[in-house]
Amino acid sequence: MRDLANLAIETAKRRGASYADVRVMDIRHRDISTKNGEVGTLAESESLGLGIRVIAGGAWGFSSTDRLTNEGVQACAAEAVAIAKASALAKRENVSLAPEKTHVDTWQNPFLKDPFRIPVETQIGLLLAADKEMRRVKGVTVAEGSMSFRRIEQLFVSSTGSSIHQVKMQSGAGIVATSFAGTEIQKRSYPNSFGGQHMLQGYELIESLDLAGNAGRIAEECVALHSAAQCPEGQQTVILGSSQLGLQIHESIGHPIELDRVLGMEANFAGMSFLTTEKLRKLKYGSDIVNVVADARLEHGPGLGTFGYDDEGVSAQCTPIITDGLFTGYLSSRETAASIGEKRSGGTVRCESWNRLPMIRMTNISIHPGTWKYDDLIADTDDAILMETNRSWSIDDKRYHFQFSTEIGWEIKGGKQGRMIKNPSYSGITTEFWNSCDAICSRDYWTLWGTPNCGKGQPQQVMGTGHGAAPARFRNIKVGVAFAK
Amino acid sequence: MAHKNAQPSRKDLESIAEKVLQFSDADETEVDVGSGTDALTRFANNTIHQNVAEHTLGISVRAVVEGRTARATTNKTDDESLRRTVAAAMTLARNQPKNPDLLPLIGKQKYQKVSRFFSSTAGTTPEDRARAVTRVCKMANKAKQTAAGIFASGESRSVMANSRGLVAHYEQTRAEFSVTILEPNSSGWAKANSPDIRKLDPEELAENAARTAAISREPREIPAGRYTTILSPAAVLDLVGFLFYDFAATSVLDKRSCLTGRLGKKVFGDNITIWDDAYHPLQSGPPHDGEGVPRQRVLLVDKGVPKNLVYSRATAKKMKAKPTGHGFSLPNEYGEAPMNLVFAGGNKTSEEMIKTTERGILVTRLWYIREVDAYEKILTGMTRDGTFLIENGKVTGGVRNFRFNESVIEMLAKVDMMGIPVRAAGEESFEMVVPPMKVRDFHFSEVTKF
Repeated sequence: MRDLANLAIETAKRRGASYADVRVMDIRHRDISTKNGEVGTLAESESLGLGIRVIAGGAWGFSSTDRLTNEGVQACAAEAVAIAKASALAKRENVSLAPEKTHVDTWQNPFLKDPFRIPVETQIGLLLAADKEMRRVKGVTVAEGSMSFRRIEQLFVSSTGSSIHQVKMQSGAGIVATSFAGTEIQKRSYPNSFGGQHMLQGYELIESLDLAGNAGRIAEECVALHSAAQCPEGQQTVILGSSQLGLQIHESIGHPIELDRVLGMEANFAGMSFLTTEKLRKLKYGSDIVNVVADARLEHGPGLGTFGYDDEGVSAQCTPIITDGLFTGYLSSRETAASIGEKRSGGTVRCESWNRLPMIRMTNISIHPGTWKYDDLIADTDDAILMETNRSWSIDDKRYHFQFSTEIGWEIKGGKQGRMIKNPSYSGITTEFWNSCDAICSRDYWTLWGTPNCGKGQPQQVMGTGHGAAPARFRNIKVGVAFAK
Repeated sequence: MAHKNAQPSRKDLESIAEKVLQFSDADETEVDVGSGTDALTRFANNTIHQNVAEHTLGISVRAVVEGRTARATTNKTDDESLRRTVAAAMTLARNQPKNPDLLPLIGKQKYQKVSRFFSSTAGTTPEDRARAVTRVCKMANKAKQTAAGIFASGESRSVMANSRGLVAHYEQTRAEFSVTILEPNSSGWAKANSPDIRKLDPEELAENAARTAAISREPREIPAGRYTTILSPAAVLDLVGFLFYDFAATSVLDKRSCLTGRLGKKVFGDNITIWDDAYHPLQSGPPHDGEGVPRQRVLLVDKGVPKNLVYSRATAKKMKAKPTGHGFSLPNEYGEAPMNLVFAGGNKTSEEMIKTTERGILVTRLWYIREVDAYEKILTGMTRDGTFLIENGKVTGGVRNFRFNESVIEMLAKVDMMGIPVRAAGEESFEMVVPPMKVRDFHFSEVTKF
């Protein structure tokens, strides 16, 4: 594959490219799902191909192919150069890239158990055991479970001499109980909604989740929600569980700090950002206790945003995004970093597959743990709603106004957790919300959540991102608007 | 520019499918072979910033072994890889409990012909797209506006075959142009797609978006509340798109459809009639489903009453109904869904809708729509790229964008006027044939900062 990658680079240079980089990616998937005691999806797939990105005539071109012969690769490289020259018809200025050292390296995330070597009947058995536990609970109408595994082997080669081989192993699993009664559908998921928990780990992650051990509890909660009190409407203190806070970070910090959005490159689809460049190091994004980083390094944890090098050959970094409440950094690429005068890319560029152009994606966007023990936080709270596990999420195209709802909530009264609340929802303006944060739980309650399904770009690419979060408290938040009459 | 990575012919795909069937000693085997070429020119800040092309080929094999089934997929076409993929599907199939709902594969079928391949689209070059984009960017520059968007074109071809003699071919082209025009405090948007690139007029779409941006300058903030609202076809599409899976028989069987307990009852207004019709001239997609069953035209809603569901073979058997040709590729847990929704619509023009509105909101585009309540079908989302106040029958200016929380079921019971249905392109749903709508008391719950 290295020879084909080099051939693509040489062909592009011969055709007039001033810069070229190639990604050869070999991607393997296994997907399993169960529903009501039966296997739903049971599928494996593999995909091998090559994508080449070039600058020619001062503009970008990209082409990709799975025809991995000398002729196929040469044709692909030639097409990328031709496309770049067509792009140059509408260019305003030449593309300029922030410098990056040449890297020749290999990297692989550590894992204990290769999920592709675990017998599929063992994996199905684990899901069916959880399924059975959920269906034991009267009132559960649908019990579902899913597992997915990805092995991504990739070779990055650039015309400036970088050659980086990486292997990423990703695992994930989750279960969901659904209950229909009267005129209401309620749902509970574990350990998170929309596919569960996903990390850059092996099968040991799945075993650690104890799906069957939690299945009965979420099934009972799901059925109990029908008779729970409706979330009130008004201004309230809110405590968010860690997975919900992870998604809040994703939507109201992770996306607005993408520099390509800020610079208008996503204006037609994903939108832009309220974080215009004059706000850097000036905007009070959150309260003084809010510290957020974009950290792709392995020492941050095995998140879906962890890697050795990004997909334009920049090594993994930790960028302070919010420091003691102050907005201090963007997610950048070599091109966008250069365009705002930064000396180096933040190393956040990734692509979904060999046939997609690398673009700025969240790495692990995580809030630093605070100092609170969870029980102390509850005891310190007089009147609040605790909201856990996301049910729906929506935010405007500049990432100002959001509305989230969660699967379940509980009243907190006089420092104690009280009755269950159904259909909890809250809404607000991003900076007002983060400035209202007055307590964050400590490292003991901090989880690096994986969001496997973040969509961005045209053609759209789905990418996994990581979000470390602990339960946190927010004052004076609008609740219940989603169900207001 | 001719690219040497040309599309494989129908014969090439058939020959791969035949090989897979020969290589398999499963009880039954189904194979899908698909190829595609897609190219997309993306622009922003009045310049092309991304220009890509891809050539793909996929072979997906479903094996049936002793009443069990599984799927394996590859993009490698050598004999060894094809044999390995067949073996992988068989191994996966063997290592699971028996599936009591699994039916034998179907044999040869007859399909109604659909013509959705246009050489005009397939022959589009990067230069063609760049020239159109350049004209749009020049228009924006001249008007001191900023343009962003995409111009995409592509083609795909597929063959489905199985060990009982079924062979189903399909080929289609696709073209799409989407443009956002930005001003300092306003924006406008337009988007269209078609299998035939000649049906797209990038400059006309850009002019519409530019006009929207210009007349929504300096948006006012008006209070949230319930307003008579005129929704563009794209906005209607992105809302009603959330209903499509509710018409799946599996969804009703699982009691997670909003139609559970509502079938046969008057749920929507008299003026709402919805078909699923893969053969409608404005629709696209193959005339068969994921198992090769011919798609049928199904009346889903008749004058406000949800009448029929769509069925895969397995769900039809469970519910004592007939399959309608809407099943997904097996194995899956979702069953089926209507993929070609067509609204009957009305005959009012947008001008008539505005003229008859004393005070209301005109919406160009909706964004980030998510389901808040699955049974009442309450959706939340934002307006975007051109939201206007209507006063005394006239558009009087732009307003700040709203968040909405609205039940689609309630919305379709309070539609006062509809226009002629068009092939609408949005962001949250696949394309459907839907009309613009004028709706009473649409619930805008909050206002954002721009």
